[in-house]
Amino acid sequence: MSANERELARRLVAEIAHLAQQERFRFMEVCGGHTHTIYRYGIPSLLPANVEFVHGPGCPVCVIPMGRVDDAIALATEEAITLCCFGDLLRVPGGRGSLMEARAEGADVRIVYSPLDALALAEREPERQVVFLAVGFETTAPATALTVLRAAARRIANFSVLCNHVTIEEPLRALLGAPGVALDGLIGPGHVAVVTGAAAFGFIPAEFSLPIVVSGFEPNDLLESVAMLLRQHRFGQCLAENQYRRAVSDAGNLAAQAVIAKVFTRRERFAWRGLGEIERSAYGLREEFSRFDAEVRYGVPGVSVPDPRACRCGEVLRGARKPWQCGVFGTACTPERPIGTCMVSSEGACAAYYHYGRLGDSGLQPARVR
Amino acid sequence: MCLGIPARLVELPAGESAIGIVELGGARRAVNVALVAEEGLAEGDFLLVHVGFAIAKMEAEEAARTIADLEALGGPYRDELESMNRGGSR
Ligand code: SF4
Repeated sequence: MSANERELARRLVAEIAHLAQQERFRFMEVCGGHTHTIYRYGIPSLLPANVEFVHGPGCPVCVIPMGRVDDAIALATEEAITLCCFGDLLRVPGGRGSLMEARAEGADVRIVYSPLDALALAEREPERQVVFLAVGFETTAPATALTVLRAAARRIANFSVLCNHVTIEEPLRALLGAPGVALDGLIGPGHVAVVTGAAAFGFIPAEFSLPIVVSGFEPNDLLESVAMLLRQHRFGQCLAENQYRRAVSDAGNLAAQAVIAKVFTRRERFAWRGLGEIERSAYGLREEFSRFDAEVRYGVPGVSVPDPRACRCGEVLRGARKPWQCGVFGTACTPERPIGTCMVSSEGACAAYYHYGRLGDSGLQPARVR
Repeated sequence: MCLGIPARLVELPAGESAIGIVELGGARRAVNVALVAEEGLAEGDFLLVHVGFAIAKMEAEEAARTIADLEALGGPYRDELESMNRGGSR
C-alpha cells in the first residue's frame, strides 16, 4: 500500500468512527472475496467495536451441498470419465469423502483454471469423456456458458458440464426475508455486479429497506463502502450505491447476461449447503444443450445428504454465527481436514478467520493497514 | 475462486476475434475477450480476468494500483496466478 493509500485509509477510518458514534451497526459482506480481504488486512481491528462485519452466503465453494459433491464423485469414479474442476473444490466434503480422496483411490480428477481448459482436454483426449464440474455465481456462469457454446460450435461430443451455477438474488431474498435478521446494510459483491450490474441490487433497499453498496476488493474499497453505508444512515437515505465504478456499471455486462440467458434456464429449486432448498436459485442447461448436460447424459444419484451434525456452516453462511462460535472450529475442522465447506476455500469465512483472524477477537492482533 | 484479476492487454492476435493476450505477473496468457469485445479493445487496455475470460474493462490507473496491491497480498492471488500461468489441466 502506498503512502497515499495509507493516508486515505486513515481518513476513511476516522470518518467511519465519526459517523458511527456509539450506535451499533452490522453490515453483511455478501461475497467471500470480501470476507477474505477483511480478515487478511485485519480491518475489524481498525474499526470501532460498534461497527461489525457479518459474513454472507456469497462463497460459491461454501454453498455446494454434500449431495452434489457425491454426484461429482459418482461421475469421477466412472471408468471412462475424467472430471475437471477448480482446485478449491478438491477438498469439499461430500457425504462419502471428497474429490481429493476419490482421486487418491484412482478416480480421474483434474484441476483446471478455466472451463476452456476442460474443453481443450476433451479435444486432446477424444477417447475420454470429460465432465466439467461448474460452480459459481453470475461472475462465473458466463464462462461456462461460452465454453458450452464453443463445444457446440466445434461439435465436441465428449464434453459435458455438471452444472451448479447459482444466482445471488434468491439466497439474499431468503436470508433477508427470514425472521430475526438484524442488519443495517449490505456490502454488495463486486464481481457478481460486474455481470449483473449494480442496479440489480435495487431490490434490497426497495423490498428490505436496507442500503447496499457494491464494493471493490481492496482494503480501501471496503473502508469506503462502510463509510458510504454510514453516510446513508446519517443522511436518512436507503439506496443501492456503487463504490466499484472502475469495473461495475449500472446495467452490467450485457454480453455476459446474454450468454447466460442463451445457455441456461432457471431450475425450479436448488439445494444450498446450510440454507436448504431455494426456489429458482440456480441455473441448469437449456434443453437444446442437453447433450452437454452431464446430469442428462449420465444421470447422477441426486441424493440429498444432511450436513454433519457438528457443522454450523448454515448459520455461518447466514451471518447468524461467527466461525469461532462453531464447536469444531480449528479443532476437528481445519483447512487440512475440513468438516464444513466454509473451512475449504480461502473465501470461506471459517478459513479466512482461521488463517488471519484467530487472534483478532482475543485482542492480540495489532491494528494495522498494510 | 471469485477473484477477478486485472491484467494488461498486450496483443490482439489478427484473425482471432475472441482471443487477447494479457500480461499477468510477468507471464503472458491468452484469455477469451468475447464478453468485452463490443466495448472496443485496444492494446494497453486493462481487463478484469476471471477463470480465463475477461469480464470487464477497467480504468487503467486504478487497475495498475490494484495489480500492485494484489501482488503484495500474495496468498490466493498467487495461487490464482500460478494456476493461470500453468494453464491447461493437471
Ligand atoms: S468450523 Fe467447520 S463445521 Fe464449523 S461452521 Fe466452519 S466450516 Fe462449518
